[in-house]
Amino acid sequence: MVIDLDKCSACQACVVACHAENNVPIIGPEEAAKGRTIHWIELIPYFEGEYPHIRARLLPRPCMHCDNPPCTKVCPVFATYINEEGLVGQIYPRCIGCRYCTTACPYTVKYFNWYGPEWPKEMKGSLNRDVSIRTKGVVEKCSFCSHRLLRAKEKARAEGRDLLPEDYIPACVQACPSNAMYFGDLNDPFSTVSMLSREKRAFRLLEELGTEPKVIYLAEGM
Amino acid sequence: MENLRQNLEEDALLFAPIRKTGKGFYITLSILIAVILWAVFAYLNQYHRGLGITGLARPIFWGVYITNFVFFIGISHAGTLISAILRLARAEWRRSITRSAEVITVLVLFFGVGNILIDLGRPDRALFIIEHAQFRSPLLWDVSSISIYLAASSIYLYLPLIPDIALLRDHSGKWRWFYRIFALAWKGTEHQHHLLEKGISFMAILVIPVAVSVHTVVSFVFAMTIQPMWHTAIFGPYFVTGAIFSGIAALIVAMNVIRKVYHLEDYLRPVHFNNLGILLLVMTLLWFYFTFAEYITVFYGGEPTQMVIFWAKLTGRFAPYFWAMFLFCFVIPLPILSLRRTRTPLGTLIASVSVIMGMWLERFVIVVPTLTNPRLPNEAVLYFPTWVEWSILAGSLSFFILLYAVFTKVFPIVSIWEVREGKEKMVAEVQERIRTYLPGIGGE
Repeated sequence: MVIDLDKCSACQACVVACHAENNVPIIGPEEAAKGRTIHWIELIPYFEGEYPHIRARLLPRPCMHCDNPPCTKVCPVFATYINEEGLVGQIYPRCIGCRYCTTACPYTVKYFNWYGPEWPKEMKGSLNRDVSIRTKGVVEKCSFCSHRLLRAKEKARAEGRDLLPEDYIPACVQACPSNAMYFGDLNDPFSTVSMLSREKRAFRLLEELGTEPKVIYLAEGM
Repeated sequence: MENLRQNLEEDALLFAPIRKTGKGFYITLSILIAVILWAVFAYLNQYHRGLGITGLARPIFWGVYITNFVFFIGISHAGTLISAILRLARAEWRRSITRSAEVITVLVLFFGVGNILIDLGRPDRALFIIEHAQFRSPLLWDVSSISIYLAASSIYLYLPLIPDIALLRDHSGKWRWFYRIFALAWKGTEHQHHLLEKGISFMAILVIPVAVSVHTVVSFVFAMTIQPMWHTAIFGPYFVTGAIFSGIAALIVAMNVIRKVYHLEDYLRPVHFNNLGILLLVMTLLWFYFTFAEYITVFYGGEPTQMVIFWAKLTGRFAPYFWAMFLFCFVIPLPILSLRRTRTPLGTLIASVSVIMGMWLERFVIVVPTLTNPRLPNEAVLYFPTWVEWSILAGSLSFFILLYAVFTKVFPIVSIWEVREGKEKMVAEVQERIRTYLPGIGGE
């Protein structure tokens, strides 16, 4: 995934789309103030420079789907793992809720279900049937909408053709109104994401940790 | 026979807690049970509603329960390790204190493990750790080494108990069948004694590396992640030192209590407290050395992510916890333990209670500040433990004290045969041993 910060208007459409797509529970203002909200993708604020030359910026932060994820190493039960596609997966029925992965992740992208999931009555009818609902006491995080990948693969197989890049994009990328997000195969040297990832503006979060994140940002104003 | 009867008279004090139980014991028991029931109620609440009723939140995913885990496993290092080292060093003053130390180890381990289980979001899946074991996870290393430690220290507690159980089988009158099973046909023959000594020495050697490994891998849970101020090589030895430190303190407290309650002033003498006090003093200084080394390294390096946490501890939000830890772990115990005059049972008790509180805080100060300041900017969330977490801490402590108290009612808390052996054989043997140390007094 590539996120162009020059194009991002911080409108949070990606956050909303993700909530709706992935059945992320709505926890209410009181619990949110305590730090119990779940956002698979979140806009994190950060500041550059010092007063008076200070600039506030916002950075959309999904799971980095690291090639060398610190979270999968520490899971005692294989509930989080890196699959053959390179996606870091989370198996909810396996998770014991020890929260070791949540503390090991340097990007703090993992979330814990402090209570059982809840939605306002009006929303219950519109839950996504492709995404399983998490019980209380398990960890969850951004999956790059891997259920969409499953769907796309099935469809391609039914149509008797190979999977095409445009068959599968996550909900956040689809929803982005300013086309700031790109999704594709980083291993394919001619894909858009691969080409963008080699641009001068490209950087990764906390690259120095050696986690090798697969989310690449394009820096602003260069 | 005459000799035996006389011996029984002599050590009647050690049998007394088993023979008769006073009102005070039952009152203490009821208070402890009340606290435990309250903690059970708190846990059922948490089980039913979810971990949301604790003070935990993102990004402070770990709090009091993990602190308790490290703390209780630390306390467990009192017993077996101290007892094994003293036994191997043939320190004769150990004879009346080893039992009370070994019991701490075995019992307190359950509460270390218990707090991890309480911390789980899905305790119903706890057995997945065995079913789907992923050995790259430091948690699995903990599971392995704590299981081995529990087994080894249980055997190490049990072996020296056998002759005493046989004494109870022959002379106590109540629960004969129970003591008969556990005495394993002990008759006290020369051959049996020989085997027992061999077994005890073997276990004493075995438990030392196991004990060191246990707290090292407990530290690895933190040190193996790449989080600032956790990811450091000092954590292994630092945790082991802290464990022994808090362990000795727990032992001194336990000895003070049984000494008062069961009138064992004759067996647990000021010299025991003096000697353990010196050991605790050594650990106080070692603890300071490690803490100093840890913080000066971070400070000098000045890496921004680490410095945020460093200042949060020294001057920021966690300063009260940090300085309270320093006060309890160093400032209070150091002068008390340094002076011969204050290294009394009471003096060491005060120092020990202070150390125990300080070491709990130390673990809290390791776990929480790092999680409060993650690398990426995050909403400022403050962690305050709720009544549920405090109740479970109180319940764990009470349950431990309860089991310890019950143990003293079933088995002698001072090893009868070892004390006897000391009185009967060792005076001559030690004299002989000293001859071999020195030139010109008949040694070879």
